[in-house]
Amino acid sequence: MKQLFPAQHVMGFLFSLLLSLVALVAVLFDLSFAAGMTILVVTALVQAGLQLFLFMHVKENAESKTLYLNILYALFVGLVTIFGTLFAMRWGYMVK
Amino acid sequence: MKWDEFFVTGEPMIYAAMVSIVVVSLAIPIALTYFKKWNWLWTNWLTTVDHKKIGVMYILAALLMLFRGGVDAILMRAQTAVPDNGLLDGQHYNEIFTTHGVVMILFMAMPFIIGLMNVVIPLQIGARDVAFPRLNAVSFWLFFSGAMLFNISFVIGGSPDAGWSAYFPLASLEFSPTVGNNYYAIALQIAGIGTLLTGINFLVTILKMRAPGMTLMKMPMFTWSVLITNVIIVFAFPVLTVALALMTLDRQFGTQFFAMQSGGMDMLWANLFWVWGHPEVYIVILPAFGIYSEIISTFARKNLYGYKSMVVSMVAISLLSFVVWAHHFYTMGHGVMVNSVFSITTMAIAIPTGVKIFNWLFTLRKGKISFTTPMLYSLAFIPIFTIGGVTGVMLAMASADYQYHNTMFLVAHFHYVLIPGTVFAVIAGFHFWFPKVFGFMLNEKLGKLSFWFIAISFNVTFFPLFILGLNGMTRRMYTYSESTGYGPLNMLSMVGAVGLTIGFIILVYNIYWSVRYSPRNIKSDPWDARSLEWSTHSPVPEYNFALIPTVNRLDAHWFAKKEGKPLATGKYEPIHMPNNSGLPIIMGAAFFFWGFFMVFSWWIPAIVFGVVILGTLAYRTFEKDHGHYISVEEIERTEKALRGEQHEN
Repeated sequence: MKQLFPAQHVMGFLFSLLLSLVALVAVLFDLSFAAGMTILVVTALVQAGLQLFLFMHVKENAESKTLYLNILYALFVGLVTIFGTLFAMRWGYMVK
Repeated sequence: MKWDEFFVTGEPMIYAAMVSIVVVSLAIPIALTYFKKWNWLWTNWLTTVDHKKIGVMYILAALLMLFRGGVDAILMRAQTAVPDNGLLDGQHYNEIFTTHGVVMILFMAMPFIIGLMNVVIPLQIGARDVAFPRLNAVSFWLFFSGAMLFNISFVIGGSPDAGWSAYFPLASLEFSPTVGNNYYAIALQIAGIGTLLTGINFLVTILKMRAPGMTLMKMPMFTWSVLITNVIIVFAFPVLTVALALMTLDRQFGTQFFAMQSGGMDMLWANLFWVWGHPEVYIVILPAFGIYSEIISTFARKNLYGYKSMVVSMVAISLLSFVVWAHHFYTMGHGVMVNSVFSITTMAIAIPTGVKIFNWLFTLRKGKISFTTPMLYSLAFIPIFTIGGVTGVMLAMASADYQYHNTMFLVAHFHYVLIPGTVFAVIAGFHFWFPKVFGFMLNEKLGKLSFWFIAISFNVTFFPLFILGLNGMTRRMYTYSESTGYGPLNMLSMVGAVGLTIGFIILVYNIYWSVRYSPRNIKSDPWDARSLEWSTHSPVPEYNFALIPTVNRLDAHWFAKKEGKPLATGKYEPIHMPNNSGLPIIMGAAFFFWGFFMVFSWWIPAIVFGVVILGTLAYRTFEKDHGHYISVEEIERTEKALRGEQHEN
């Protein structure tokens, strides 16, 4: 029975619920913008990692190397697009 | 809306176009009925999921679009050939350069490349089809309905007229009130979804369906280039999808993302457009590099020099392609820091590209070169493309770009990379793989004749534009006065354009001539080539390979020929193949009508066709289709027939 019970997944599920509750703090309490954003970003990253590794089984795939590479590439493109746009259109724009 | 707003009126050329469209769209069904070909067309082509046939349809559509874009080009050159010309008015000229750009990039270069990809990739990796054959048909029909929707704009409603990059605020409802730019947003959206699906499809195909033994580093270079291209497609096209959706929202639903009122940011469109647009130019150039690699090593009779460095430089180009986009708008208000960063990343692209150029030169070194038509295009590509590359580095310097920006110098530069890069490559690939698909070769004499016309006329057409640009002629101006002195060089360019036209007419005549007179019964490997597609019969049977080949090295087919060992041994087994389906073309048609009604903001019919689209998806979800098997007897019969042996029974 113990082997059949997916303890890891149940724990993971509870943990992901907890993370969502923690993220709610940013809205429920009157926090400063920086503090709220920090909480959101941290919980979001942990949440994404949890989903990816525990529930989407990235590690267990035979071609996990390809998947990691793919995730890395996606992160690269996404971050470059977002921060590059901010850089080109906001921070580095002459006409303010 | 009144009927005279619905149809474009008042232009004799447009009336002529309308008449010809009506004549053609009547002639095709009449001919099909007369020759009793409806059934043949439906079962063999329109419903096919065979990657080779889908590839052929892509290339046919691309040739059709090459004609459309070419007519636009000739009209532009004719209009600017002499000062103060009145052939076209300003509005008409704006529409023509806009559709020329969109058609040539998205409906000619892309489908031509994707067509060659479709024909060649499964054969080159020893697979029997792509990973998702049905999805492949959906991709084609989405592209096709997008292309058709875009093309009817010039008789119904009016063409987009804000340039192929459709910059805001010009493209906003305020400054472009006709439905033209709605066509742009919706048609590109539909075709773009098709391209995105192709990207996923080929990514999976190449990663999952290679013949046993073919590791990544034993793949032919064209397969490598297509793999990297599809990675770029998958990551770049979503940006276009979002940008076009925002454009549609702005133009038709009253939002203010890019419009100038209420805090919209017009430059954000240019930014998003080029976040997609710059990777897009690598999407059309990398497969071209792959094609040249195949052709050059085949006709130099040598293995490709620097295989690993070729792969590394393509990966480097794919990453760099995402970090250079702001060089398209250096002059639009960035600070020094932004321009410097994007200058450096842009110039860095010259390094991996240079590595590739040298690899091709070293592949040629001491090779036994045979000057076939595909090889001539590949050889011409190297020096001409280098001119394009060097002028690209000139444009990459942000401070110097203030001089070149939006002049004919820029126009000359991108034609110097896109034509010898992409167009020469797809024509070379077309000549190269034609016998594989159809079982007979294109005429070499006519092929070489058209090559010389195209290669020389290309330079006559576009080199003068460098000088015109430096003399101050800006792009997209529909006329100029005699005192500017632009007349003679523009006339020279017009002469070149006529030469290019003759070259393409010879190319088309070559297809006609070869279909009629070219000898059949050629060998399966007429070029004595190196990769797996040449190890099966020409024309390729439905199942590609009766026995799946086993690969132990790069150019396995070449070494198998040298050593006289077959690549595949064993007994035939029944082959599992996908079934044809009419669903993709129905879905494409639904998308076409949905798009058409969206363009005109006729919501009720748009919703109806939206429901039809969802219906086709739902039908597919519940459809049970397990494909069919080709029996061993049928394989034996086909193989014997293709080897030219008599039937036993």
